[in-house]
Order: sequence, then structure tokens, then C-alpha cells
Amino acid sequence: MSNEMIRQGHPREMTGPLKWLRDNLFNNWYNGILTVISLFFIFVVSKAGFTWIFFEASWEVIPANLNLFMTGMYPPEEKWRIWTVVYMLAFLAGISAGIWGGIILRFALISTAVSLLLAVLPFESITRLLLLGAAIFLTASLLLGRGRTGWRSVVLWGWVLSFPLTVIMLRGFGESGVLPAVMTTRWGGLLLTLILASVSIAASFPLGILLALGRRSRLPAVSWFSISYIEVVRGIPLVTILFMSQIMLPIFLPDFRIDKIIRAMIGLTLFSTAYMAENVRGGLQGVPRGQYEAAEALGLSYSLTMVLVILPQALRSVIPAIVGHFISLFKDTSLVAIIGLLDLLGIARSIIANPDWLGLQTEVYLFAAFIYFMVSYSMSRVSRRIELALGIERK
Amino acid sequence: MSNNISDEFIVICDDVHKWFGKLHVLRGVTTRFKKGEKVVICGPSGSGKSTFIRTINRLEEYQQGKIIVNGTELNRDVKNIEKIREEVGMVFQHFNLFPHLNVLQNITLGPIWRKKTDKEEARSAALELLERVGISDQSDKFPGQLSGGQQQRVAIARALAMQPKIMLFDEPTSALDPEMINEVLDVMRELARSGMTMLIITHEMGFAREVADRIIFFDEGQIIEDAEPEAFFNNPQNERTRLFLSRILHH
Repeated sequence: MSNEMIRQGHPREMTGPLKWLRDNLFNNWYNGILTVISLFFIFVVSKAGFTWIFFEASWEVIPANLNLFMTGMYPPEEKWRIWTVVYMLAFLAGISAGIWGGIILRFALISTAVSLLLAVLPFESITRLLLLGAAIFLTASLLLGRGRTGWRSVVLWGWVLSFPLTVIMLRGFGESGVLPAVMTTRWGGLLLTLILASVSIAASFPLGILLALGRRSRLPAVSWFSISYIEVVRGIPLVTILFMSQIMLPIFLPDFRIDKIIRAMIGLTLFSTAYMAENVRGGLQGVPRGQYEAAEALGLSYSLTMVLVILPQALRSVIPAIVGHFISLFKDTSLVAIIGLLDLLGIARSIIANPDWLGLQTEVYLFAAFIYFMVSYSMSRVSRRIELALGIERK
Repeated sequence: MSNNISDEFIVICDDVHKWFGKLHVLRGVTTRFKKGEKVVICGPSGSGKSTFIRTINRLEEYQQGKIIVNGTELNRDVKNIEKIREEVGMVFQHFNLFPHLNVLQNITLGPIWRKKTDKEEARSAALELLERVGISDQSDKFPGQLSGGQQQRVAIARALAMQPKIMLFDEPTSALDPEMINEVLDVMRELARSGMTMLIITHEMGFAREVADRIIFFDEGQIIEDAEPEAFFNNPQNERTRLFLSRILHH
């Protein structure tokens, strides 16, 4: 309506793409010059990039090493265990999406789309079939879970149990048998990156909440411990913590042998917990005093007040910060390459070191960066969805 | 304290003192409230009236004196305090509803988690209470979607859901737009008729005259006037009460 009125007042007003161009790119002389210069640079850079990606790069290094990128040195004959885990998670995700809908449903649909997309990539045909199968399996469990609100607690327990199950499946035990042990030194690639990230995320989330509550505690010993932990850890670079866990620990405690990967997980978790705690503290400070009073006036205990009233509000307000932290933690797992673990970046480095693939750093690193980007970007999309959903609910 | 005094008086305050740092906010408050009594507490801002009713459910601690609620003396024992808070409902000036829960969840939270009431039972009790405060059609909405008057009525229902023996009202209408004050006062009138013991801080003097059995006037942390409404309005004993009344009634 207002557009019509403007048109009546200015009959020669431009519309469409030309108007957009003038309003946004050429609305005065210096913006016009900036536009031209920027277009020139964009052209030069993208032309070079395009030519390199499509004509100069030797991408054969990627399909040839895809197995390494994905799972590291995990024995090929034991790959079915990884697939079992993938299918288990697909099942849980599908069921949850069916039950809860909303964001989880969207997440499940994205996962389905991603696995379909991956099935198009030049993997071995068996891998592609399995990926296709996973997508179908996920959709089937989604349909199965629809409206089954009675299954909620069972499914939640399923998620909790999925962690130890994953470890047991991947690690195995004994020399032979159904699940012969696969030493963690053979775990690698994206598999290792995802395991490191999800374990340290899942562990540092509750620990960070406890630490944040501890920091606000009235008991001096508790708050003193929390504050000094947070400040000390935030004052140390992650690389230092990882080096400490890998090199210093065995020197100080020579009889105390813990798996290298577990030590890395502990290091990442300890590091992440401090940052998590500060994020949560920010959320706690945003909850008005009246909320505590209202909960206390109902006779709720401290823990019920926190769990039912304060934390839901505090966490909701810091979801963007928390997800941001998790994204950077996910990328920070690449630092374990420095202490000799073969995560995605570690594998990339070892492939480059292979004489067969000499001089292909750019391709290999670009591919690794692409995978990091894909995972981080989906995390941030999910976070955005959560924010939107909560915003609507809250109005 | 003998049993028959506790039987007659549901709240007994004996020489209660409180300091905020060096500030002496309650300077020896002594009073008793009978079962079923409706008492309006008024006084200038900063007189300690709000602090006083908050000591009754221990949202504020006091440093000296004694308060006995329904036969239980307030002390540092956490279990004791939680039990007393269950028996003392409170309605706040700014409602303090839980914004992440809908109306029904706000009301059933206490009964389900504190009193371990069966979920279905709590739900039907909550719907009954919503009926009673006149907003049964809003049970699925979130507090942010309701008007101030509706929010305060939900807050009253939330407090009533714990089946308290006493209700404390801390300026329940002073954050409301004028046209919403009456819908809240109506709910409180109905509650008063039902025989609930009520301690109400308010500046609504018409309401006080109509509902109160007694009016207490606070100034500088002390009770300086304690009388039935007729006497309070027509023949106040204290100069400061007269000054306060002349200001509040002629504004």
C-alpha cells in the first residue's frame, strides 16, 4: 500500500533490480567506487580460486585416503563396529525426532540429507550403500517414534547408555572373540575428532554447571575452589594442558598408565569446563532475584530451585554462547595433532608426509578445513534454530 | 510457648530486630496474628513493612527476637524453613511467575515437586484454582502472554496450590495498571471471605477498610499504630499515622 502511494508521488521511481543496485551499491559516488574496486577483487580472487579448484588441484589424494580421513588406522575388517554405532545413533536420533519433533526433527532431517549427500560422494560402493541404508533407517525410526510420548524416558536412557556402548563397540576387549580390542592408537580421523569433541562437550557441560553454581556458593571453600580453578585454567593455553597430560603426567606418575586418548579427553574436558562455567555464570546472573524468592517461597529446596527454575532460564539465555564455545572446542580438538594423535588434522599431516602425495598440502588441508567447516556450520545452524524456537515460545 | 497460644495465634512475633549492615530496619516488632485474621500493613516506603512480612517466611533473616509460625519457631534449620514456606503462601509485587513455564506448570510445580502430589491430581487442582481466580481459559499460555492483572491472579493461584495456612501479599497491586487493580482485589476479597489468614501490604485504603480486621501502621521499623479499621481511619492515635493518612487519602 505504501509502495503504491510512493509510486503515485514519484511516477518515475525505479523498481526491481536496478533500484536495488542503486540503493545498495551506487547510492553515492564513493560507494560506487568501493563497489567497483570490490567487484574487481572478488573477480580476481574467485577466478584464481575457481581455476585452481577445477583445473589445477589434484583431488585424487582425497578419495585415495578417504578411509584414513574418516577413521584413521581403524582395521578395515572391524569397520562394521563403527557402522553399528552409526546405526545405533541414527536409530536414537530418529526415535527422538519422532517423539519430540521440533528442533530434533529438523536435526534428524538434516542428518538424513547429509548422509544421502555423502552417499553420492566417491566412496567405495559398500560405504555408499551403508550411508543410504543409514538414511532410510533414520527415517524409519522417525516414523516408528511418532507420537510415542510414553517412550520418552526409555529413549533418554538410551542416549545416556549410547556413550558407554559406543566406547565398548569401538574399543572392544580381549585378543579375539566377537569384539577384539582395537587399540585407541589406531583410532583416528574424523572418528577420533568427533569422539574427542562429543566426550569433552558432554562431560564439560554438567561439570561447568556445577562449577558455576560452586562459584556462587555461600560456602567459602566451595566458591574459593571454583574461582581458583576457573581462573587458573583460563590462564593456561589448551596446548599447555594437552602437553602436561601427555608428557608431564607419565614423568610424574610413571606407574600410572592411562590411555593417551583418554588423557587428551580429560585435558579437553578440564579446559572446556572452566569456559563453560563462565558462560553459565553469565546466565545465572541474568536471572532476577525474584525468581529465587518465588521458588523458595513455595518451599522448594536449593537443588529443586536450581534445577526447575533457575537453570532452565539461565541456560536458555546463554545458548548462543554455549554453542559458540562448543564449536570452538570442536575445532580446538585439532590441537591433539600436536601431541601426536591422528585426529582429522593429524591424519592430514601424516598424509602430506607420505612421499606418494608430496606437495599436495593445499588440497589436503582444504579438505580438512571443509569438514571442520561443515560440522561447525551445522552446529551453529542448530543453535540458531534453538534460539528461534525458544524465542517464539517465550514471545 | 504453650500450646494454646500457638493454637490461637498462627503467627507470633516477639521483639524482632533486623539489620541490613548498619541499617537497623526492624526495631523490635512485636505482634500476633490470629487464625483467619486479615491484617493490612501500611506505612511509608522504607518503613520496613515489606522486610517484616518477608521475615515471616524467612526470605529475610532477622538477627534478634523470635517468630513462631503455626507452632514452629523459625531458625536456621533448612528443613524447618522449607516446611514453614510450604504453609506460608506469598504473592509478590512483581508477580515473579516462572517465565519458562506455562500457567498450569507454574501452578503445579510446587505441589508436584515439593508436596509430591500426583501429576493428574495437581493438574485438576490447578484448573480448579484457575477457575476460582477467573482465568481458566489461559492455562496453556506463558506468563509473558498475559496482562499484569492476569499474571498476578496466576501468582495467587500458584501460592494457593500449596494449600497454605497463611497468605502474605507484598503490595500485590502496586505494579498494575489502574484498570487491572480491581480484578486482583476481587480475587483477594473472595479469598478473605473463604476464611484465609491474610497479611497484606497495600496502599489501597478502600480495600483495607472493607476487608481488614486490623490495620497496622509501620514507620521506621516499628509498629506505631495497630487498630481496627474504623478506629484507624477515624481516630488515629499517632501523629505520623495522621500525616500519612492525610497524604494518602487526599492525593
